[in-house]
Amino acid sequence: MSRGLITAIEIDGAGGDPGAWRAPEVDPRAILTGELAVRAAQRAEAAGVDLVTFADALEAPDDVLDQVSVRLDALGLAARVAPVTQRIGLLPTITVTHTEPFHVQASVATLDHISGGRAGWIADVSTSAEAAAVIGRREPAAAAETWREARYVVDAGRRLWDSWEDDAVIRDAATGRFVDREKLHYVDFETPTFSVKGPSIVPRPPQGHPITAIRVTSPEALDAAADAELVFLPDSGDLSTRVRELRENAGRSVTLADRSVTLTSDQVVGPLVLVSAEVRPHVDGVERLASLIEGWAAAGVDGVQLRPASLELDVPVIAEQLLPVLRERGLVGSGEQGGSLRGRLGLRRPQNRYARSVR
Amino acid sequence: MTKQIHLAAHFPGVNNTTIWSDPVAGSQIDFGSFRQLAETAERGTFDFFFLAEGLRLREVKGRIHDLDVVGRPESLTVLSALASVTTHLGLAATVNSTFNEPYELAKRLSTLDHVSNGRAAWNVVTSWDAFTGENFRRGGYLDKGDRYVRAQESLRIVRKLWDSWNGDELVLDQAAGAFAREGAGAFADDGAHFTIRGRFGLPPSPQGRPVIIQAGDSDEGREFAASSADVIFSRHGTFEGGQTFYKDVKARLAKYGRTDESLKIMPAVTVVVADTDADAIEKAAYIREQQVSGPTALVLAELLWGRDLSAYDPDGPLPAEDPVVGSSVTRGRVGYNDPFPIVSEWRAQAEAHGWSLRQTVINQQNRQTFVGSPTTVAEAVNRHVQENAADGFVLVPHLTPSGLDDFVDRVVPLLRERGVFRSEYAGTTLRDHLGLSL
Repeated sequence: MSRGLITAIEIDGAGGDPGAWRAPEVDPRAILTGELAVRAAQRAEAAGVDLVTFADALEAPDDVLDQVSVRLDALGLAARVAPVTQRIGLLPTITVTHTEPFHVQASVATLDHISGGRAGWIADVSTSAEAAAVIGRREPAAAAETWREARYVVDAGRRLWDSWEDDAVIRDAATGRFVDREKLHYVDFETPTFSVKGPSIVPRPPQGHPITAIRVTSPEALDAAADAELVFLPDSGDLSTRVRELRENAGRSVTLADRSVTLTSDQVVGPLVLVSAEVRPHVDGVERLASLIEGWAAAGVDGVQLRPASLELDVPVIAEQLLPVLRERGLVGSGEQGGSLRGRLGLRRPQNRYARSVR
Repeated sequence: MTKQIHLAAHFPGVNNTTIWSDPVAGSQIDFGSFRQLAETAERGTFDFFFLAEGLRLREVKGRIHDLDVVGRPESLTVLSALASVTTHLGLAATVNSTFNEPYELAKRLSTLDHVSNGRAAWNVVTSWDAFTGENFRRGGYLDKGDRYVRAQESLRIVRKLWDSWNGDELVLDQAAGAFAREGAGAFADDGAHFTIRGRFGLPPSPQGRPVIIQAGDSDEGREFAASSADVIFSRHGTFEGGQTFYKDVKARLAKYGRTDESLKIMPAVTVVVADTDADAIEKAAYIREQQVSGPTALVLAELLWGRDLSAYDPDGPLPAEDPVVGSSVTRGRVGYNDPFPIVSEWRAQAEAHGWSLRQTVINQQNRQTFVGSPTTVAEAVNRHVQENAADGFVLVPHLTPSGLDDFVDRVVPLLRERGVFRSEYAGTTLRDHLGLSL
């Protein structure tokens, strides 16, 4: 693969280590202003990292005295980061179990507009009793049920992103028409748990479809991953087998979603698979991590999602030391690409399912 | 005592007020448009920047309305981005309380409040129609009485979540390893529409909690605002109408233990500024001509009449039929509860001036609030505020994104000279700008 490994960094509070906020180098107030996230994303971008992900859950983090027990909404935080970055992809985690599919797709489309085509999202479910209780609309449901619905939400979102054709806005002063309403479409999508009429309130996003990612946290999430363009897979001893299975599964599965969008550059239908791992290079150094990544590359992954223990301490090491080593070893590309996140990932811009080829 | 004026910038919306056909009109969706208008407002030391919302594209006679701007971004996401490129300007999002859950609203609005260092506002709107509901899980119809019950309960719970931290639980003691005291943010509520419990994961922002804006005009709406809003976004921009509304709403505050200063009344207004009053009047007429094309005049008349008027020529006389109340000729847009007196007035004016339907709409419906030289406009704006027709205004420009340039460059300096509007921000939060305490 000529582009090299895709690189991603996760932003979560002060870092993946619950004690990361206590280091003297960290200003814990900057968690809530978003400044820690901004700094991490800017450092990552400068080093050529392809995308940042933003952790979230519907419910609040655990209520533990010595841990970060607050969390900003990931979408709002990603939006805060968008205008102060230029090239890096932005993927907030958004839960779909207790939220509105129509709002979710409109928000992700908006993030794509404000970032100039750098948006995606990590579709996640809420299975906890805590998440169900803060909304109070339905009983908590198991992974199988929530992921089944999540696949419908992903599908609904893509339909709504297509509900505006790219050239629907015509601004035709002669006839007084702002839009060509023949190019706006009702989606009329019915699922077992919700239905949506459309069209979206937001014009089609710059990327056509912002990137949909799924974190594999359960066997049910693994099934749903077949519908994603990007998959985060935990490290395991049998990584190469799991990566292969995931691709085969994607190729075979009868999915709910229209998957015409997920052709990669080499025309293989299937998601890009990133291995996800918590890392602490400011303690462990970069040599060992570079070797690990080399091993993952050999196992056939498309990239890595690094979850730094500390944003303030580990991201600079990743940016200034790890990336140059990986580049030296030919594992990652130059990181100079601009343009859309799709372009960066080697994914083409999807056709609009409603557009007629002959008008 | 001289009152200080409050000003807000409304991003041009999806009514015919917005002229998209002008050669200088910019994109309604590019972030650059939002950024430019916000920067203009901040240069003018405005209190806040305001985004409206629509959750279903409007329809006329069963088809998507195509004559006005269609499509806009989701408010909270745009405003969170604007928080990065502004430093003082308040950021107000219109978000529907019917098609959102209180917990999610509280979390998303509080996030905007934190990432902006205390500059967020929520314009609480309710929508109860099945038409909009077709895009949502909740979908169902809420009858009008229930609408305010749910809206009030929703706002009460959102506030409860924001207040679920006392404000002193965030310890941030790195050496001792105490981030926040355990138990902070715990909440439970059991109301008519929501039964929820859990923990809210965000402490108070630098302004405590977001500012609440409300726009309801009915008796219930005014009562709702008097009980719980910080700002009313009103439609009473005329001097007499403004004074009547102002008096009515402020009189309702005492029974909630509130002072007059705790609720700011800010009507939506349009402004045309030119070198002289005569030039401004001419410019205003030209703008109205652009705002009301023949087809637009028919659509606006259909909204008023509640009838399909396709058979009428906009350059001909007014429709002869009586209006219909509660029709679905126009959907996704607030209609008229009592169109009869308005239709009578239109007829009388059309007859008196020999106006066509289009000319009647241009003259009766799209009159700008303040028209004149910079001095004329500054004096009128100030008079409205000093004589209690308003506490300030939400300015609705007709051009994206340059529509407030004239006001900021030519009128704001005059207000500053008169000592009735700030020359620089004294505080950092939106509550500071509006002079609101918690």
